[in-house]
Amino acid sequence: MSMWKGLHMTAHATHGIHVSSRFIHKHTRLCTLSFRNISTGRLVQNDFFKDLENQLKAFREKAADAMPGSDWTPFEKNRSLPPERADIVIVGGGVVGWSIAYWLKQKEMIRDGVRVLVVERDPTYSQASTVLSAGGIRQQFSLPENIYLSMASADFMRNINEHLSVLNDDPVDLQFNHSGYLFLASEKVAHIMEENYSTQRYAGAKVALLSPTQLKEKCPWINTDGVVLASYGLENEGWFDPWMLLNAFRRKAISMGVYQCFGEVTGFKYTTNTMTTAEGDKVDFRRIKYANVQMPNSLEYQPVECAIVVNAAGAFSGKVAEMMGIGLGLKDTIAGIPLPVEPRKRFIYVVHCPNGPGLDTPFLVDYSGVYFRREGLGGNYIAGMSPEESLGSGLHYLQPHQEEEPETNNLEVDHQFFQKIWPHLAHRVPAFECLKVTSAWAGFYDYNTFDQNGIVGMHPLVNNMFFATGFSGHGLQHSPAVGRAMAELILDGGFKTLDLSAFSFKRIMTKEPMLERNIV
Amino acid sequence: MQHHTWTRVELMRRSCRQVTLLAAAARYRSSIPVAPPSLQSRLLLFLSQRFHDIETILSWSSWFKNRGIRQKNFFYGYTQQNYGDNIAAAYYILSLKGGFRFAGQSEWFRSDRRGKFNWDFMNHRDTSIEEVDVSNTLINYTGLENLVKQRGLRTLSVSGCAEVDDWFLSRLHIFQDTLEVLDISNCPRISVGGLAALQKLRGLRRLDVSSLPRLQNPGLIAILLEEMLPHCHVTAVGYDHSLIYSHTQTDG
Ligand SMILES: Cc1cc2nc3c(=O)[nH]c(=O)nc-3n(C[C@H](O)[C@H](O)[C@H](O)COP(=O)(O)OP(=O)(O)OC[C@H]3O[C@@H](n4cnc5c(N)ncnc54)[C@H](O)[C@@H]3O)c2cc1C
Repeated sequence: MSMWKGLHMTAHATHGIHVSSRFIHKHTRLCTLSFRNISTGRLVQNDFFKDLENQLKAFREKAADAMPGSDWTPFEKNRSLPPERADIVIVGGGVVGWSIAYWLKQKEMIRDGVRVLVVERDPTYSQASTVLSAGGIRQQFSLPENIYLSMASADFMRNINEHLSVLNDDPVDLQFNHSGYLFLASEKVAHIMEENYSTQRYAGAKVALLSPTQLKEKCPWINTDGVVLASYGLENEGWFDPWMLLNAFRRKAISMGVYQCFGEVTGFKYTTNTMTTAEGDKVDFRRIKYANVQMPNSLEYQPVECAIVVNAAGAFSGKVAEMMGIGLGLKDTIAGIPLPVEPRKRFIYVVHCPNGPGLDTPFLVDYSGVYFRREGLGGNYIAGMSPEESLGSGLHYLQPHQEEEPETNNLEVDHQFFQKIWPHLAHRVPAFECLKVTSAWAGFYDYNTFDQNGIVGMHPLVNNMFFATGFSGHGLQHSPAVGRAMAELILDGGFKTLDLSAFSFKRIMTKEPMLERNIV
Repeated sequence: MQHHTWTRVELMRRSCRQVTLLAAAARYRSSIPVAPPSLQSRLLLFLSQRFHDIETILSWSSWFKNRGIRQKNFFYGYTQQNYGDNIAAAYYILSLKGGFRFAGQSEWFRSDRRGKFNWDFMNHRDTSIEEVDVSNTLINYTGLENLVKQRGLRTLSVSGCAEVDDWFLSRLHIFQDTLEVLDISNCPRISVGGLAALQKLRGLRRLDVSSLPRLQNPGLIAILLEEMLPHCHVTAVGYDHSLIYSHTQTDG
């Protein structure tokens, strides 16, 4: 009984504090009707236990619905309209979008100091790259920025429950599998591998080089023909469940007061300011005032007044940029440079091979471009290859091979494509000569056609649109660190922990690509 | 009055959202029955989601709870600078209430139950440590930093350590050239994802993976471990074998 009383008191007392904080709140920001703060005095007290009861009742019902076999999905299809005003609107609720939302809240000084809205058009995430990815994280990159991003993100994942646990909820379990990436180099590319290795070691990543003999000793199931050098990640590499990461960011961000809305951003309302340069050219500067959010299955849209828009729409961020006229201006002007991000379809095949490699299977990336990793313990593996890599160019960044690219208007799987992968697989791991493809899926890379790396930062002409996109094959693993960098850029006005200015839009204007030196 | 309805609608909406998330989590783990949280903790959740102040207080309290663990696993940089790597490592182990044996010696240094220990180890500045027993202590990933320089470590026992997790295992590769015996039994946080990392320990002769509560199919995993470390004897006891059988079957 006394406990009850105590809690009752707590509720009361806290409420007192709360009301006063609302008061201040009202004065500091021209009260954007904050949902949390609407209740007054006695009412809450009376309703407190009733609401709790309702909550528990609803919980029991939902729990029953969630039993296996029901058609219930984890995401509620919330058709309610978005708030009319937000400080920051994040377009795209993939892992990048939710990571940014979380970090913005993490860095805010007072509760509801920034009002963040995440707009996601697909509550089922049926096309989001995040959930269709291979879930890998590695430190074996050639650009120091990418290596640091991976290391910071691995550090975040190691301490994930200090960051993302929500009171009373289960702790986050990413199902992280600590098997490193194993890259195999042929004679032609071995020197690149060595250079990358020294960059990685210099940056502090734990990587080891292996000779073919050492490789064979480590992985007896491998055929080392054609391999002259291998590099293997010792720490902070492996794979995890992308759903878990996305959901953990989302759950935490919502608990911290981020608003989410299921709708599509279809356009913006903006003001234009024309200025004249020293040379006498006219330049249009735009500033977004409203983001138009269209609700599912309806023609109505809701304008959301906002100060900043973050474009985290993944493979479709090029489209979102276009809505602001980015890339539609005259050729040879800044306004004529599009955001070079487009969807590229990639396939992943699930194969079953009872005699394949066991618990020691790394995330293997062969110089032919083929990769595979273990999936669970039952002799299942997932494998894939990028089409441009299948040409074996070795330096595929010279020109993306457009004609090889599959159609991107759907996510259908080209089952024939596996026939190009299999010979390489079976060559590298003889046990794979005998395997069965049990299923397959396709997903979109948020492919940066310019240099296959992330674009992080502001647009020079639309000075309140921030990009966090174009990560091509590694957006999932970098999302924790990218989210933090974006929050710093927006709230602190510059990068604090990791300097990502090399990934800004500027390099696209000056045509200076930041290329990874790959061995495939 | 209108105010009132508004509040309720909003509260309902919020609770719905929360409930969905809770249920979503439940679904991912539908095989494990979830005990409903106690009334007190449900109330705390309710409050903390509405009031920033409570959330902050709660995060402080968890910070304080973890402070002990952090302090225990502090990097003994000062000791290392003044007395060398071996003394720093030894001191760290004894502060954890663990024990160790120097190379070339037969007796062990241990702290007693009250954390008291014999300071004679200070005389062995130049002897590296060969065996470490930090079972049932608070050692964690960060604390491992104090042992990194012990390149002659042959035996390590972290049995029953609550803070030893998969990330800890993934870091043991630093002893890959010397480690022969590893005991990680009874560690509540270890899962199969961390065991995969042990393959870097090529010299391992004995591995104890008994009673790891998070392993869902320990029988299969023991076989896979033996396959991965062909020269290593794997001990896996303390599992209910009737359960193992059905698991291995469904996993094919
Ligand atoms: C086959 C495959 C394998 C991969 N493997 C890996 C890997 O091993 N490791 C790794 O790190 N990365 C990997 N990736 C890359 C990684 O998945 C992506 O880089 C990352 O998920 C990008 O996250 P995102 O949040 O930007 O995009 P998404 O997850 O695609 O999220 C963007 C969201 O924006 C929404 N959206 C788009 N337009 C609008 C709009 N106008 N209004 C509202 N919402 C909108 C979309 O519905 C989508 O949900 C892989 C990708 C693929 C396809």
